[in-house]
Amino acid sequence: MSSAIFKRRKIVNKLSLVLATLTMMISMVFLVWVLVTLVMKGFSAIAPSMFTQMTPPPGTDGGLANAIVGSLMIVGFATLVATPIGILAGVYLAEYGRRGWLAPTTRFVNDIMLSAPSIIVGLFIYTVYVANVKHFSGWGGVLALSVIAVPVVVRTTENMLRLVPNSMREAAIALGAPMWKVIFMVTLRSVKSGVMTGVLLAVARISGETAPLLFTALNNQFWSMDMNAPMANLPTVIFQFAMSPYEDWQRLAWGGALLITFGVLGLNIFVRIVLRQRTN
Amino acid sequence: MNAVPSEITAKEMVQPISQEALAKRMRWQRVGDFVAHRVTMLFALLVLLLLVAIMASLVLGALPAFQKFGFGFLSSTTWDPVGEEFGALNAIYGTLVTSFIALLFGVPVSFGIAVFLTELCPNWLKRPMGVAVELLAGIPSIIYGMWGLFFFAPFFAEHVQPVLMDTLGQLPYVGGMFQGAPMGLGTLTAGLILSVMVIPFIASVMRDVFEVVPAVLKESAYGLGATTWEVMWNVVLPYTKAGVVGGVMLGLGRALGETMAVTFVIGNAHNIDLSLFSPATSIASTLANEFAEASGELHMSSLIALGLVLFFITFVVLVIAKLMLMRLSKGEGRST
Repeated sequence: MSSAIFKRRKIVNKLSLVLATLTMMISMVFLVWVLVTLVMKGFSAIAPSMFTQMTPPPGTDGGLANAIVGSLMIVGFATLVATPIGILAGVYLAEYGRRGWLAPTTRFVNDIMLSAPSIIVGLFIYTVYVANVKHFSGWGGVLALSVIAVPVVVRTTENMLRLVPNSMREAAIALGAPMWKVIFMVTLRSVKSGVMTGVLLAVARISGETAPLLFTALNNQFWSMDMNAPMANLPTVIFQFAMSPYEDWQRLAWGGALLITFGVLGLNIFVRIVLRQRTN
Repeated sequence: MNAVPSEITAKEMVQPISQEALAKRMRWQRVGDFVAHRVTMLFALLVLLLLVAIMASLVLGALPAFQKFGFGFLSSTTWDPVGEEFGALNAIYGTLVTSFIALLFGVPVSFGIAVFLTELCPNWLKRPMGVAVELLAGIPSIIYGMWGLFFFAPFFAEHVQPVLMDTLGQLPYVGGMFQGAPMGLGTLTAGLILSVMVIPFIASVMRDVFEVVPAVLKESAYGLGATTWEVMWNVVLPYTKAGVVGGVMLGLGRALGETMAVTFVIGNAHNIDLSLFSPATSIASTLANEFAEASGELHMSSLIALGLVLFFITFVVLVIAKLMLMRLSKGEGRST
């Protein structure tokens, strides 16, 4: 009798572990499936013309040059806006936030902002900025993306600063350094690469964001460097082209999708390698 | 608070320095401290105010819609931009159903992955496997949308939906959920793609909380003769309950607000249908489709009201997630 129970437990154990392995394999199947289709469909679209020509009207040849440049500009400016805000707020949380109500509340709110739906951020920027200046613009996109990037930078900056041993702060203070010098010349400097990876993670996060750009930067079929006007950007172009019935538009969409995905995944992997070297 | 250490060291300075110069330097140091403290505090406050500003702007923007339709807005299924009649129920229904499907498939699979990564995976494979799962989270959502529309949906329509119709579709009561035209688009497809997207989030939280279980606890269970599965199910899972629920809630928060992937495959039709095969809409996909082209003030306000509803739901879910995860880390602090 007891051997029957024993056998049953063993079978249940085997079965569940096989299932666990299976779930892992299923998720890998999906990863490979997505990446392979992306490479197969996107590779044929990648040609020099993609980087030199403008987004075309349906039925004619063209490229994604304006969208690529627009994306780079919007993401670049958003990073410039979000980095100082995120780092300074992160410094407050890690260095001054040991007592009081402000730091714990901010930390809590920041974690919520980290997973807040990005389309809501788009709505927010639309109502406070785009609706007031009465036109879609590249700056609107910059604002929306920086709102999404700030929590990422805050989070990693704080986490990195918390890894700095207290003895380092104490040593600096004992030498007579005031707190601000301790923070900006000792602790922050010692985690510089960690903070930079946080910024890169934020870049990776916002470069694929589509939803908040739909009603802030909108889109532009032509070459435009004017940040104060609607601006072409890769995600919205991909969205528009992929949803269209035109085959050459869809092909370009796949090319852009390949570009974005490998950019984002490359950044992710790069960050991991840097972080790993740091922790070793 | 920092003046004290500076004074102490100033007295011990090697180089002699005049009293006035010292006082002047100390004053500047104190000004620097004050500025650094206040400036960083300002930016922390800014992050806090951002959330308040988002809420306020949504409430203000949604006001006209709520004034016109009252709370009937939430229970009405009419969505008529021409006749300016709006109700949110279609979109709320689509959002909740797709997210529910996402969790239904996502949670067990994530649990399996976490078990595999913590218990089964050989050490040398742990890292690459973990990274691979996290890469699933790194793929932009618009890519999932394109892949879903062009590859998953046709595959689903051709190979899975007919099978579901012949099996589950024949059951009493629930059969209606699996009937209809097998087009590949609809709530079920959207939910399944969402589940692929939330798996990495839930799985990585689960893996992290499983790893905080004290080894002693597991070892004693093994010592009593428990199998790996029994240890996971009866020891690890109860111990990390709060964290696991927190992780699931985090995934739910993602699924509720996911926009692009859903927009591509849900079909974007304002209706509520029992069948999971029929096109529907979600809050996020309605916003993505209609907001930039919304004409009337009421249409726009109704869309913002939809956004407010979405924000409210995700906010509650994320707060619960956060509190659950915090409870676990507190418990961890007590037990060690």
